[in-house]
Amino acid sequence: MADVMTTEAPAAAHQSEGAGTGISNNKLLMWVFLGSECLLFGGLISTYLIYRSRFHTGPAPGDIFDIPFTSVSSFVLLMSSLTMVLALSALNRGDIRNNRLWLLTTALLGSLFIGGQVYEFTTFVREGLGYTTSPFSSAFFTLTGFHGIHVSVGIVMLMSLFISSLRGSLRQEHSETVEIVGLYWHFVDIVWIFIFTVIYLVPSPTS
Amino acid sequence: MTATTTTPATVGEGAAAQPLGVYTRPKGGNGWRDWVTTVDHKKIGILYGAAALFFFAIGGLEALLIRLQMATPDGTVLGADMYNQVFTMHGVTMVFLVIMPLAAAFANYLLPLQIGARDVAFPRLNALSFWIFLAGGLFLNTSWLFGDAPTGGWFAYAPNTGVTFSPGHGMDFYALGLQITGIASLLSAMNLIVTVLNMRAPGMTLFKMPVFTWMILVVQFLLLFAIPVITVALFLLLFDRNFGANFFNPEMGSDPLLWQHLFWIFGHPEVYVLILPSFGIVSEVIPTFSRKPIFGYEFMVFSGIAIGFMGWGVWAHHMFVSGVGPIAVGAFTLSTMFIAVPTGVKILNWMATMWGGKLRFTTAMLFATGVVSMFTVGGLSGVTHAVAPADTQQTDTYYIVAHFHYVIFGGALLGFFAGFYFWWPKVFGHMLGERLGKWNFWTMLIGFNLTFGPMHILGLQGMSRRIDTYSPGFGFELWNLVATIGAFTIALGVLFFALNVIFSARRARGLPPVGPDPWDARSLEWFCPNPTPVHNFDELIQVESLDEFWHRKYGTDENGRIVRVATAEEVCQKGDATDVHLPSPSYWPVVLAAGFPLIGYGIMYNLWLCAAGGILVVMSIYAWVFEPPDDPDGAHGHEADGAAEPEEAPVG
Amino acid sequence: MSTTDIAQSGDTSHDGGHGDEGHEHPSDAKYIQIAAILGVLTALEVSTYFVNIGPALIPTLMVMMGVKFFLVAAWFMHLRFDSSLFTKFFVGGLVLATGVYMIALTAFEFWTKG
Ligand SMILES: [Cu+2]
Repeated sequence: MADVMTTEAPAAAHQSEGAGTGISNNKLLMWVFLGSECLLFGGLISTYLIYRSRFHTGPAPGDIFDIPFTSVSSFVLLMSSLTMVLALSALNRGDIRNNRLWLLTTALLGSLFIGGQVYEFTTFVREGLGYTTSPFSSAFFTLTGFHGIHVSVGIVMLMSLFISSLRGSLRQEHSETVEIVGLYWHFVDIVWIFIFTVIYLVPSPTS
Repeated sequence: MTATTTTPATVGEGAAAQPLGVYTRPKGGNGWRDWVTTVDHKKIGILYGAAALFFFAIGGLEALLIRLQMATPDGTVLGADMYNQVFTMHGVTMVFLVIMPLAAAFANYLLPLQIGARDVAFPRLNALSFWIFLAGGLFLNTSWLFGDAPTGGWFAYAPNTGVTFSPGHGMDFYALGLQITGIASLLSAMNLIVTVLNMRAPGMTLFKMPVFTWMILVVQFLLLFAIPVITVALFLLLFDRNFGANFFNPEMGSDPLLWQHLFWIFGHPEVYVLILPSFGIVSEVIPTFSRKPIFGYEFMVFSGIAIGFMGWGVWAHHMFVSGVGPIAVGAFTLSTMFIAVPTGVKILNWMATMWGGKLRFTTAMLFATGVVSMFTVGGLSGVTHAVAPADTQQTDTYYIVAHFHYVIFGGALLGFFAGFYFWWPKVFGHMLGERLGKWNFWTMLIGFNLTFGPMHILGLQGMSRRIDTYSPGFGFELWNLVATIGAFTIALGVLFFALNVIFSARRARGLPPVGPDPWDARSLEWFCPNPTPVHNFDELIQVESLDEFWHRKYGTDENGRIVRVATAEEVCQKGDATDVHLPSPSYWPVVLAAGFPLIGYGIMYNLWLCAAGGILVVMSIYAWVFEPPDDPDGAHGHEADGAAEPEEAPVG
Repeated sequence: MSTTDIAQSGDTSHDGGHGDEGHEHPSDAKYIQIAAILGVLTALEVSTYFVNIGPALIPTLMVMMGVKFFLVAAWFMHLRFDSSLFTKFFVGGLVLATGVYMIALTAFEFWTKG
């Protein structure tokens, strides 16, 4: 039968015999990817920092940021990290029901955050800060937009996990998959911890 | 299955009767379908090589056009705008579509073999990398069909690349095309890093890995961290051009220097991405043909790592005349001079390896020594523009063109040719002809020096690069003509190579494959028979030392002299194992990759196309995830792997 | 991207025996405790918007951010308990990004001119 088959040369089927790290390939891949993402967000954040005082004739960041509102949505995202980790913990115990519940909660909290971002963007546009208004506006929308897209991709992954759980195919032995999605989710949260402090809380230029 | 299986490649047809539901995985075979759906690192390596050589022909034709235009003063072969397109595409093609994929070709084929593995860590992801790369490369080149190739030079300085100065879609092709190939490089880098870290044969510690594998590993780290930087830069450019953003528009108060910083933060590590694989190849070829272990293995590895680190702290040497201020210029001058040290270490080590060795000047060895000498020239001219005052004179002249061609052609490309001659029997089971090979080498080397040597002089005479023509009477005539003659000599050399490929294949037809170990080589890949069987190793190799293969062939007698203890036939595996499991081919890498160019065209011409591409990508990802991990039959009959087999990988 | 890379579970993965890599996972109570600290820190951070603490503001914010960052990475991302190789990749990316972009910001005179 099969030419098409699976994995390794015979003796390699158990990694313990090789000279590798003994770490799961999938998890390592995610961490390698997250290392790379640091440089992506670093570039976007630096671009924003360089341009935050270049608001041309448009609104300045200090005029337009709504700190109380953003604080609430930041808190929401922060708490979604808790629910994410509870989802994984539940699955590790074999508690499918709670796993499902927390996955859904995490996705909902993420969506709430995205909703907040959509509200923030529309408010800004109404107040005269469009994407093309100034270097500051372009950099701001690009940075937070990239973050928002990352959150959205995370939500899609969470919902996919949720649905495969409903179909009964997300079981205790798949907890690594949940863990890996969790790593991505926490990373996105960590990026927001940085953005929230450096972009919002550190006093911004006013016009 | 062990008992019933014959060789893996032929059994596939027999298994084809078993449907696997909606997401059937393709079966093996030998037709074109097999190449399209393959997840075998060796086939992917060959695909990378073939694609790179295809783009090499295109980039080479562009080079010839450039040289025709510049052969005489007031050249009329190309108009100014066409000239801009041709030199831009020449640079972009050679850097992103030739040298990088050639490195990927060698890395894919050899790295798993050199660490004694069955395949890379993620075979499907590996196939995806290739197809995305190919999609990006073809996408970029279709800009010719739209009559709208990029014109901004390979580093595309802002604000020249904005819509004001570059109307049309040329720069969009640039931004999108490089974005797509960037995804490919990033995926491949992640994959190979995990492969090296996790898939090594028993006993192979990091410091028993061949230098080539080490250099490839360093390169993957450079890509891992450098690609996201150019990703940012390209997105900003794309948003500026297509959505009216203000990243590089001085009128709105933005600073075009931002592009230069982002580009060169990527760009300098990128030059090491281009050169280190070749260094790795040379470090395999020279010891083999000197019959000596590489001199100072640790120094070789650590200098590679040092280059990898220091490569991040020198980028502004590309910007000495861009107005970055005296402190930055001073600091980057210093760091740039320091980075010459580990590079020098490598050159000295190669020479020390050859020193006192029993040298055999095969074509591969000739190319390797060509790298050492030509790269030294390029490295030295590089040091001259590390010095900011000198660089101020050299910037934007042909002296720079001379420098980077000595480094990238003389250093990187010649190294890949050394690799071709060295590993051809490993890949195809027959040798490339040595006679034509020597013709190939000498015409290329002479042509190369004729082309780029004179450019030093032209540059110092003050001839600007990127000008589409020049007037008579500046003293540029002679050396430009020489350079053009040189360029056609190179083309002749490449032609010799092509003929060699064809003739040697024809000569080998009907003959049995070349025996094991044609070069008296040293590293793990030579344990496999030539050409490498589809399953690589019959059994895993227990690695005891660096140059394991060589140490199994040679020992020392009581006087400490090196003596042969085993023949290659005894040491090499037979390649007749029948119980090695191989990953299933998959349709989805190629389908997924096809979505990216659609998105690219969509952004330029019609957003609906974008949506179609996006849907294709998302659907392929889901299909990929729900694809049965492998043929269910394949998992049976082998005691070792049943447990590790999730029947459905949950989405993620 | 991120969907494709983890979707590989079927390929040549040496399934590394996830979940039972020899370290015990913290209890849910511990996670909730960490989240509470994170919440309090966020509240403190936000309070600086309403209370003027003068030149100490930015250092204070940076420290609080660093602690939050560390807590999420160490506990929620399990770096405390997992292979140190993961930490190396993450810290490697962070340090490189910080270093390179700080230099770039310096070149733009960001620190002096804001
Ligand atoms: Cu450089």
